[in-house]
Amino acid sequence: MSARDIILQRLRNRTGGDLVAPASDFSVLERPDWSTEERIERFEKIIESVHGEVHRCTRDNWIDHVAEVLSARKARNLLIPSQHQIGQDLRAHAERDDLPNLLIYDEPIESWQPALFNDVDAGITSTRGGIAETGSLILWPTADEPRLMSLVPPIHIAVLEASQIYTTLYEALDAQNWKAGMPTNALLISGPSKTADIEQTLAYGVHGPKELIVLIIE
Amino acid sequence: MSATTPHPHIDVKEFHPRAHEALHNPQIRQNFRKAMDGLMSKRKAAFEGWDLETLRELGANVRLRALANLPDLLEQLEQKLTENGIKVHWALDGDEACRIVRDICVAREAKSVIKGKSMVSEEMELNHFLEGEGIEALESDLGEYIVQLANETPSHIIMPAIHKNTGEISELMHEKTGTDLSHDVEYLTAAARQQLREKFMNADVGVSGVNFAVAETGTLCLVENEGNGRMTTTVPPCHIAVTGIEKVVPNLADVSALLALLTRSATGQHITTYFNMISSPRKADELDGPEEVHLVLVDNGRSVIYQDDELLDTLRCIRCGACMNHCPVYTRVGGHTYGTTYPGPIGKILMPHLIGLDEGRHLPSASSLCGACGEVCPVKIPIPDLLVRLRRESVDGDKLHPAKVRGHGAKRTPLEAAIWKFWSWMHSRPGIYRTGTRFASRFRKLQPARAGAWTDFRTAPKLAGKTLHQQLRERGK
Ligand code: SF4
Repeated sequence: MSARDIILQRLRNRTGGDLVAPASDFSVLERPDWSTEERIERFEKIIESVHGEVHRCTRDNWIDHVAEVLSARKARNLLIPSQHQIGQDLRAHAERDDLPNLLIYDEPIESWQPALFNDVDAGITSTRGGIAETGSLILWPTADEPRLMSLVPPIHIAVLEASQIYTTLYEALDAQNWKAGMPTNALLISGPSKTADIEQTLAYGVHGPKELIVLIIE
Repeated sequence: MSATTPHPHIDVKEFHPRAHEALHNPQIRQNFRKAMDGLMSKRKAAFEGWDLETLRELGANVRLRALANLPDLLEQLEQKLTENGIKVHWALDGDEACRIVRDICVAREAKSVIKGKSMVSEEMELNHFLEGEGIEALESDLGEYIVQLANETPSHIIMPAIHKNTGEISELMHEKTGTDLSHDVEYLTAAARQQLREKFMNADVGVSGVNFAVAETGTLCLVENEGNGRMTTTVPPCHIAVTGIEKVVPNLADVSALLALLTRSATGQHITTYFNMISSPRKADELDGPEEVHLVLVDNGRSVIYQDDELLDTLRCIRCGACMNHCPVYTRVGGHTYGTTYPGPIGKILMPHLIGLDEGRHLPSASSLCGACGEVCPVKIPIPDLLVRLRRESVDGDKLHPAKVRGHGAKRTPLEAAIWKFWSWMHSRPGIYRTGTRFASRFRKLQPARAGAWTDFRTAPKLAGKTLHQQLRERGK
C-alpha cells in the first residue's frame, strides 16, 4: 500500500470514532464599519508604524510624488509595468528630468536575473486593494507585473486606490471573491522587508525592499 | 510508524544536565529573559481592542473543524493542487520525506538547495540528509542562517537564534563569512543579504514550509517578514514545500481567522510583512516563478496522535511559539535544553507523541504547571491537561486511564511506586492512618531536611506537631 493510502486509511479508521466540531462563528472578525477616510487613516497609521511611507495623491499629481520620492533617493532607474495604466502614464512623462530611467520587465527572468538583482533601484506596481486594519497591500502579480518586481529592487512603490481599501482581510476575500480562483501567487505586503533575528533589533531590507512607499490615489 | 530520529548532536534524555548548565549560564538566561519579556508585552498590545476570548474560540473551532474532516480535506487539497499543476507527494515518516525531496533534486540534477524556515524540515533533519547526498542545503531566514553557521539547531520555533546576542553573532559571522567585527545590526544584516542573494540566484531548488494549506482553492500559505520565503519560492526553477498533514484548512476564510491569531501571538505584529499564497507553478505567459512546484505531505507520527481524542488537540497547534514565550521554564533554560525539534510547552506534549516516552520521559515534568501556556495558546490547546496526562502515562497510568503513548512507564521507579502503593494502602485503613500520622508527627524531628533535587532550590515542608484530627478534637469540634 502506498504511503498515501496508509495515511488516509489510518485517519479514516480512527479508533476514537468520528469527530464532530462546533460551528465556527466568524462575526468576531467583522470589524467596525469604517468610512473610506477612517480606513485611509488607519492604513496610513499602521504602515507608518512599521517603517513604510504613505503619500496621499490625486490622479493628476501622483507622478510628481514618484519623481520626488525617487530623486530624493537618487534612484537611477525605475522598473514599471508595460501594460498597466501606471506604466503607460509614466512612459508618457518619460521626458521629465526629475524621473529616473524607466525599465520594463518584458523578458523571462532567466535572461536578465543579474541585472535585476544588481542594477535596478526601484520598482512600481499596482495593487488590487488594501486592508486598513493591518496596513496591508493586496498584490496579484501578473505577466505584466511579475512577482520579483515588488521583491528584488531596494525600493518598492505601490499605487493604491483609496476606494479599494477594505477594513479586514476577511472582508477583502469575500468582496473580491478570491475562492472563485486564485492566481499563481497572491500576496499581502505590509511594510518593507525586515528582521529582528539579531537580538530583537529591527533591521530593514534583509532580503526584500528596504523601503515601501504607498501612493494612495483619492 | 518509524519515529523521528533524535538529533545527531543532542540527546533528548540529557535534559537535566543541560538544564543545570543553562541555569548557571547568565548569558543564556539574560538573552532569553530580555527577548521573552519584550514578546509578552508586544503580544498583549497587539490584541488590544479585540475580543480575544471569542477570537481564540474561533481559532480553536476552525482547527477542530479541519481536523474533524482531515482525510477528506487532504484528498480535496491533493485534487485541487494537482488541477493547479502542483505535484503532491505523501511521506509516512521523516526519512521517506527526505528521500522524496532528494529524488526531485536528483531528477533536476540539482546541486544546491536554498531553504525558507520550516519546522517540519527540522523534524526530518533534511539538511543533514541532503548533505550526505552531496547536495548543499542553505538556510535563508537570517536566524536560521546564523544557527546553521554555528552548526546548531534553532532554539525557538519563531526566532531560531534568540539564544545569541549581537556580540556572539558578530564573532560568528566574522569567523565564518569574513565580515568585519561589528555590533551594528544593520551592517550585519546587509552582509547576510549580500551573501544570500548570491545563493538565491544560483540555487537549483527552493524548499519552504507551509503555514496553512487551503483545500478549497489548492493554495499554500506562508507567513514571513524577511522576504526570504518569497525569494525561496520564486527565484529557483523548482519549489518544494513540505508540511505536516495537519496544516490543511477547508476555506480561505479560515486562514483569515488563523492569521489574525498567529502573527499577534507570535511576535505581537498585526500581520507579518509578507503573506505569500501560492497556487500554481509559473504559467505559460508569466515571466518569473518556478517551473515546478511540489508539496510533500508528512505524517511522521501525526496519524497516530490523531487516533486519540485528547492527544489530537496537539494537532491544532499553529506554531506561533506563544507558549514558549510565556513559559517560566523555557525562559530560564532556553530552547536547546529540551534537545528536541520543538522546545517549550508544545514540545513537551508533541515530542513524547513523536519519539515516545522512553526517549522523552523528562519532557512532561519539565513544567511548573503554572498554566500560562494553556492561557495564551491562540487555539486553546489544553497544554497543562496534556502534560498531566503524559506524566501519568510516563509512570504507566492508572486503572481509570490506561496508558496509550509509546514508551509509557519509562519514568516508573520501584521506590516511588512502592511509596505510593503504601500511601494508598494506609489511606484506606482509618486505624492505621491514625496511628501512622500520630507516629509521624511525634517523630518529626527525625524527618530529613533534604528531599533529593526537589530541595535544591526549595525548603522542605515540615510535618506539623499535631495532626489535623488532634487539633480539631482539642478545639472541641
Ligand atoms: S501550542 Fe498553542 S501557543 Fe504553543 S505554539 Fe502551538 S498554537 Fe502557539
